[in-house]
Amino acid sequence: MFPTPIEKRSRGAQITYQSLVPMALILWLLPLLAVALFSIRPGVDFSNGNYWGMPSSFELFTNYGKVFFESDMPRYLWNSVLITVPTVIGAVALSCMTGFALGIYRFRGNLLIFFMFIAGNFVPFQILMVPVRDLTVDVGLYDTKMGLVLFHIAFQTGFCTLFMRNFIRALPYELIEAARVEGVKEWRIFWYIVLPLMKPAIAALSVLIFTFVWNDYFWAVVLTQGPDAQPVTAGITSFNSQFVAQYHLMSAGSLVAALPPVLMFFLMQRHFIAGLTLGAVK
Amino acid sequence: MTTAPEPPAQGWLQRHRMIITPLMFLLPGVAFFAVYVISPIFQSFYISTFEWNGLGSLSEQGEFVGLQNYRELMADRNFEVSLWNNVKWLALYLLAIPGGLFIALFLNQTIRGIRLYKSLFFFPFVISQVVVGLVFSWFYLPNVGLLNVVLGWFGTEVNILGNPDLATYGIIAAGLWPQTAYCMILYLTGLNAVDPEQIEAARLDGAKGPRMLWHVILPQLRPATFIAFVVTIIGALRSFDLISVMTNGGPFGSTRVLSFYMFEKALSEYGFRMGYGSAIAVILFLIMLIFISYFLWTMWRDERGARH
Repeated sequence: MFPTPIEKRSRGAQITYQSLVPMALILWLLPLLAVALFSIRPGVDFSNGNYWGMPSSFELFTNYGKVFFESDMPRYLWNSVLITVPTVIGAVALSCMTGFALGIYRFRGNLLIFFMFIAGNFVPFQILMVPVRDLTVDVGLYDTKMGLVLFHIAFQTGFCTLFMRNFIRALPYELIEAARVEGVKEWRIFWYIVLPLMKPAIAALSVLIFTFVWNDYFWAVVLTQGPDAQPVTAGITSFNSQFVAQYHLMSAGSLVAALPPVLMFFLMQRHFIAGLTLGAVK
Repeated sequence: MTTAPEPPAQGWLQRHRMIITPLMFLLPGVAFFAVYVISPIFQSFYISTFEWNGLGSLSEQGEFVGLQNYRELMADRNFEVSLWNNVKWLALYLLAIPGGLFIALFLNQTIRGIRLYKSLFFFPFVISQVVVGLVFSWFYLPNVGLLNVVLGWFGTEVNILGNPDLATYGIIAAGLWPQTAYCMILYLTGLNAVDPEQIEAARLDGAKGPRMLWHVILPQLRPATFIAFVVTIIGALRSFDLISVMTNGGPFGSTRVLSFYMFEKALSEYGFRMGYGSAIAVILFLIMLIFISYFLWTMWRDERGARH
């Protein structure tokens, strides 16, 4: 293990390390902790200039209650759910298929199609913006959740294909050959042999895509404009203009907007990290 | 790959199943990707040769102007500022890689609760950039922001986002926060897989500290470094959310980057110049293409090497 395990160092070094880690963590999360502190203060603290002292009262429930019951926030959150969940399902489904095709079969153009997916995944969004917006307007999906979902599915399929194909490549190929010798049809190989083995990849991709799409802001402002369709990342700016300079509410709103992917991450940590670090180890 | 010998009396479908099956499986994904990602790239090149306000169809309402948009770009002072800011983003964003490595080395221990610490260090990456932007703009607030409260103890103060010379750096620092966390997790995973025997062998040879890191550990971390490099470059050139939330391009347009300027020109209150916006996007795409080609070339080489 590198660096040298701390257990092999002196007692003093161990104690220093054990106190250094939490201190570093607090320092690292300081901007966020500051916002969390803002979000439990009463509004009157800010007008009195009491930004950093003890809160004059503890208003966690009042502030977050306001966010949930006196603003459009729940609508935006729900929009985000309705955009994110179908995207995850769509992109994962499509890429199970593309990944299977590219990972199992040898045919001319295989690598070319694979690299097209990778390359497309890296392009700047702006090169897609005008045509995609135009297309969405033309088919009547501008300012709808469906318009966003369709684009996200298409775009995320690039990354998902990269992921799935490499995952399938690492599966034991003998399994498929054995099935073929037995005369199993190709689509049944996919459905009964490969798909069950892909469960960990599907879990990892689902949490990753959930986070990516939930956190998207650019496409939200390009393809939607009102509380009917806008997800929470875009909604938070309108929320902030509704409660301008009311830091206790703005910070509570931001934390609420950030929360779902955070929960997702802590619940599905192992899958999340496995997905994110795919390829980091050879 | 070896195909089992086929009995002769089979239908056309059955005989060609090794090509039909992958085609059927690819069709929906490729179709979606072609419509929403591949074809728009070429369309943007085409649109960039028009003067068009986005209303009506391009062929009727747009006016073909050839390379006029690009000529205009060359003389556009805002374009120059944006381009220059992109260079700053690229250069400084790369600090996330050594930063992430440093934190990973710091946390690669087995004390009680270290897993939770690692998760908490990572967690800025999970938060949306919009919220990161808000969090940091409050952190930077003049007089009352936490940063200035701390600086106040030393009798100084700085209005980062209000100062055209500093604002971009302030935004990049905010961007480095989640990006460093990402690089950290890549390196933590990489460090986990470092061959312990090689470390022991190197220790016996008297290697330790920075020498060990440089000669023994880093070469084994190369795959992690490559991915960190890819995601950091892409992230730097994609920066949009933070700028939009923290300064909206200001003060005096000093924090614009190409991705933001493109959006401003094409979609915001500054006018609907789709052609001009597309021209900016094309330039950004071409810059990105240099890196994409390098990434793909590296991946292609590995892919060839992996074949038997």
